[in-house]
Amino acid sequence: MSVEKREARQPWILLSPALTAVTLLLFVPLLFILVYSFWLRTATGADVAGFYLDNWQEALTDPFYRDILISTLRIAAITTVACAVMGYPSAYFIARSQGNKAVLLLLLMLPFWISYIIRTMSWINILGVSGALNSALMALGIISEPIQMLYNEVTVILGLVHFLLPFMILNIFVSLDGIDTNLENAANSLGATKWQAFLQVTLPLSLPGLAAGGLLCFVLGAGTYITPLVLGGPRDAMFANLVFEAIITQLNWPLGSALSLMLLAVLGALVMIYNRYLGMAQLMKGLG
Amino acid sequence: METRFNMGWTLIRGWAVLVYIFMFLPVAVVVLLSFNASQFGNFPMTGFSFRWFVELAGNEAILRAFRTSIILGLLTALISTTLGVLASLALVRYRVPGANAISTLLIAPILVPEVVLAVALLLFLNFLGVNKSFGLLLAGHVIFTLPFVILVVQARLVSIKRDVEEAAMSLGASPVQTFFQITLPLMMPAVLAGALFAFTISFDDITGTLFWKPGGVETVPTQIFAMLRNSISPEINALGTVMIVMTVGLPLLGAVIARAMARKSGT
Repeated sequence: MSVEKREARQPWILLSPALTAVTLLLFVPLLFILVYSFWLRTATGADVAGFYLDNWQEALTDPFYRDILISTLRIAAITTVACAVMGYPSAYFIARSQGNKAVLLLLLMLPFWISYIIRTMSWINILGVSGALNSALMALGIISEPIQMLYNEVTVILGLVHFLLPFMILNIFVSLDGIDTNLENAANSLGATKWQAFLQVTLPLSLPGLAAGGLLCFVLGAGTYITPLVLGGPRDAMFANLVFEAIITQLNWPLGSALSLMLLAVLGALVMIYNRYLGMAQLMKGLG
Repeated sequence: METRFNMGWTLIRGWAVLVYIFMFLPVAVVVLLSFNASQFGNFPMTGFSFRWFVELAGNEAILRAFRTSIILGLLTALISTTLGVLASLALVRYRVPGANAISTLLIAPILVPEVVLAVALLLFLNFLGVNKSFGLLLAGHVIFTLPFVILVVQARLVSIKRDVEEAAMSLGASPVQTFFQITLPLMMPAVLAGALFAFTISFDDITGTLFWKPGGVETVPTQIFAMLRNSISPEINALGTVMIVMTVGLPLLGAVIARAMARKSGT
């Protein structure tokens, strides 16, 4: 074999284990559940292979699923906006600070490393009936009986924001940090106020980072089922909870497949739109 | 104008401080309450005590969960770092036709919602006759940590120059010798960072794990989740403190080691 041919084959040998893993453990399984979603689960628990539209009909027309899909998207949207509002000034502060940027960033990234389940349950210590807030309010004499502040949609959003904010801040920071501050100075010297310079120069240039952070927050937020289980009430189920219910509790795997693919279609469409207009490179910058 | 800007900057700084407090307060309260002497693990605190850590150390279920999580994390890190490093080498070192498309394929596991990935893998492997098992858990953890390893390793590989390798080869080293004596040591910080990332993500995962774990097997996060069903106990806070020390301490340690090694090897 010639040297050139060997050279050309080498990268494929290096790539083949990872590509095989992704193919066998992701793409083939996804195709499989697409097929599976057309099967039927009978009352006896056996699957009937075939081409039945029953699961899809149920998933797409039952108002129960539609309502939960809409509220899932609403919760994800509110979470994303809250992350942007809380995250942008913080990222700006880190990027433009005179002090040690690396330390400030690391400090904000620390919670990112702390276990998701611990961070989620930590809010029970704050907002629970015998939590910090109730104890403080009672000690101050503002309330005489503890109030139940937990287990509603607001606490689900709170938990999600706490979980996702570092993703937002990191992405905005990466974007802001790459902007030449001379551009702002130039705008100022041409007569723009600081605020105008920010609105017309810095903000537009940092939008890719904001979009990348927003996409991550939205997709991760809309795909969660743990946060609603820990911090939500019985009526705060999100779409991923329906998937979990169908697969783990009811063992209706064909229906669960259809519901999973519905979630994938909705969130996948967002990723595609993002990729079409902004490309994946920005997202990779924030993650890597 | 200058003063208005300063006021703006003060506002931004104040906002950032509030955000830092928001991020850290709940975690700080977990640590604080884990030392609470009170029976009920919540406010008011009645005194300082290590008793919950002592009970934790004697809790067989939690110790088992730790063992499972650590073994799972180590195996996940080993496999996914091996796959990730090989793939990153190919993508950074060779001109591969369609490199962009391949990158996207390899990143796909984080673009698909984890619940969907969990369902697909569970049902497909079940169809092949693989039941919920440690193997399924491992396969799942490998596939969703792989993209992170590839991203981290690729980012650092770019900075390693080929000149050193070419010099070694021109002095008579074989490609294999060059890899093990030159490339691998230079890559070590990237490899360690990738492995650490994989371990941490695996150790923390609950979304996929709840789908894949066999009955009776618990990892640390699923054990905490199961304990939460009853109510929040001081033991959970103590466990939380241990987890915080582990998940924050380990990456910090890793960063320090990586930096020290990078300095030593002069990159």
